[in-house]
Amino acid sequence: MNPVLIRLDNIVRTYHIGEVDVRALRGITYNVLRGDFVAIMGPSGSGKSTLMNILGCLDRPTSGTYFLDDQAVSGLSDKSLATLRNTRIGFVFQSFNLLKRTSARENVELPMLYADVSGKQSRERALKALKLVGLEGRETHNTNQLSGGEQQRVAIARSLVNNPSLIMADEPTGNLDSKMSEDVMKIFLDMNREKKITIILVTHEPDIAAYANRVIHVKDGLINREDVKLDIGQGGTR
Amino acid sequence: MKLKRTIRIFKLSFRALTRNKMRTALTMLGIIIGVGAVIAMVSIGAGARQGVEAKFNAMGTNNLTVSSGSRMTGGAQSGTGTIPLKLEVVQLILDRCPSVAFASPVYQTRNQVIFENKNWNTLIQGVNEDFDIIGNWTLDSTYAGRFFEQAEVDSGATVCVLGADTVTNLFPGSDPIGQIIRVRDVPFTVIGVLKAKGQSGGPGGSRDDMILAPYTAVLERLLGGGTLTLNSIQISAVDEESTDSAMNEVTELMREYNKLEPGASDNFTVRNMADIAESAADSTNILTVLLGSIASISLLVGGIGIMNIMLVSVSERIREIGIRMAIGAQKIDILVQFLFEAVVLSVVGGILGILLGFGTSKLLHYIPMFATITTIVSTGSVLLAFGFSAFVGIFFGYYPASKAAHMDPIEALRYE
Ligand SMILES: Nc1ncnc2c1ncn2[C@@H]1O[C@H](COP(=O)(O)OP(=O)(O)OP(=O)(O)O)[C@@H](O)[C@H]1O
Ligand SMILES: [Mg+2]
Repeated sequence: MNPVLIRLDNIVRTYHIGEVDVRALRGITYNVLRGDFVAIMGPSGSGKSTLMNILGCLDRPTSGTYFLDDQAVSGLSDKSLATLRNTRIGFVFQSFNLLKRTSARENVELPMLYADVSGKQSRERALKALKLVGLEGRETHNTNQLSGGEQQRVAIARSLVNNPSLIMADEPTGNLDSKMSEDVMKIFLDMNREKKITIILVTHEPDIAAYANRVIHVKDGLINREDVKLDIGQGGTR
Repeated sequence: MKLKRTIRIFKLSFRALTRNKMRTALTMLGIIIGVGAVIAMVSIGAGARQGVEAKFNAMGTNNLTVSSGSRMTGGAQSGTGTIPLKLEVVQLILDRCPSVAFASPVYQTRNQVIFENKNWNTLIQGVNEDFDIIGNWTLDSTYAGRFFEQAEVDSGATVCVLGADTVTNLFPGSDPIGQIIRVRDVPFTVIGVLKAKGQSGGPGGSRDDMILAPYTAVLERLLGGGTLTLNSIQISAVDEESTDSAMNEVTELMREYNKLEPGASDNFTVRNMADIAESAADSTNILTVLLGSIASISLLVGGIGIMNIMLVSVSERIREIGIRMAIGAQKIDILVQFLFEAVVLSVVGGILGILLGFGTSKLLHYIPMFATITTIVSTGSVLLAFGFSAFVGIFFGYYPASKAAHMDPIEALRYE
């Protein structure tokens, strides 16, 4: 198996607003290794979310190539992208993005609906995932009856159920206090260490970035700098 | 696999509808009223048609009517080359047309009829002794009456048989048999009463308001005698199957009698009762179509109601759509989810509408104003209304659903 999970080659993303072109990404070239834990930092408006959207197959680059698992994502149809998001990628958002008036369990079951997992199996896997994030006993609670930290843990459980190889988290602790943030980060760390799931997360806080093996700093749509934890060894930049 | 997903998405749609019960009920109401109105209105039209058909069938479907003048649309008769209908033709028809069983001349005159102090204006028809059979008339058995016989026709006896409505007007509550009525000072003895046939579908009011008398008497005593033109000749064929051949035979004979060149158009008209019944029934179809179309408009309005509420529903749930897309829902999954909602609205509304329409048409005659209206709910109209409502759901639900399915997941996720 190719140790490189993600290969980005000169990724450019330009938004057209009327006559003006906003160059959110100006040529990102970077590799992410399988099982790595990468934090992305950078000032507001530097292009972090734009990059995450492309990595998460929610958006397509204006130019450049993106290989996920040796597959060129740029050439895929909307349908194939949806399948990719469903089976290979898990999302965790700053604002949780859970369905309202819906129980924790049903929220976690949602990705399995679109993966054609049987009802019985979805239920079992959802309960297991909720247990994993420490929400045993809260399965039937509606999401609006849960605290922010609990909601984010439901979202993490949801991102895990289809056994993705990659989890994308855009400021997952942005709406949480430090205690909750710590709980959430511990879960991410466990996922990364025990399940070998590759994690890419965006954060503004150095404390949070410290959980990662590498920290890349984005500025004005370009990678500015990469910090690598000493015990990890040579990284992915080419 | 895929079917299971469809079923689960269907459940999602259903749950979204049960969540907003009031909204769902009101949206459905539009369809319920639309479908109900279509079914009720069409049932009124169908009832009218059946009524007309039944009345014509009572006249006998193996009947032919010969009248002078060519057939024209709108019932007008052309004047060119019209040859008066002569009495001797009746005998010729009986002698030379094997498919004809009976034939009677008809002289008509509208006159004031007097019995004691009562006065009644009615139609007097001079016919022969077979007219009761031709016209499918039976005698009212509550009176000890009879129809007139050939001897009475031959001798020009001043006897008569009364229609049921004429009896009601001239002899309220008394037995007319043996009584003498006066028409233009000519006394006629009542010898029988006809059983009522009911209101006629066409113009001219009741067919039961008339008097039958031997044509000889009517011609000599009321119309002044001579070789007066017949109003028509009434014919009945041997049986229903030979109606067409009787029609051909009579037409041939009439052309020969009127000395028409081959290719020249008829200057007389032979009409089949079944044809008349058909065309009268057809005119009720216009009524059906008209009522149905008006009702369909309300169904259309119901459809627009669905579209409106679905658009609201989509814009309320943009965030949800974004979440579903981010975690792997395909366009088609989103489309189906919202389309199902619209279709459930219209199909459930359609079913309830069928019940409403059915109930309305059954209960309609309990309302005094509509007491005389007969209604028939046909399977066809039920299927049509239901099919139309399902179509309305898909048609008006498609646009909002496709709007949802074509959202950009990033935009949708960011939507507040
Ligand atoms: N949909 C869009 N249309 C137009 N411009 C956009 C769009 N999304 C992002 N941008 C622009 O692209 C640039 C990068 O935005 P992006 O959201 O990636 O920043 P970010 O690094 O995530 O910032 P933050 O830390 O505030 O979340 C910004 O200048 C932003 O205005
Ligand atoms: Mg951002």
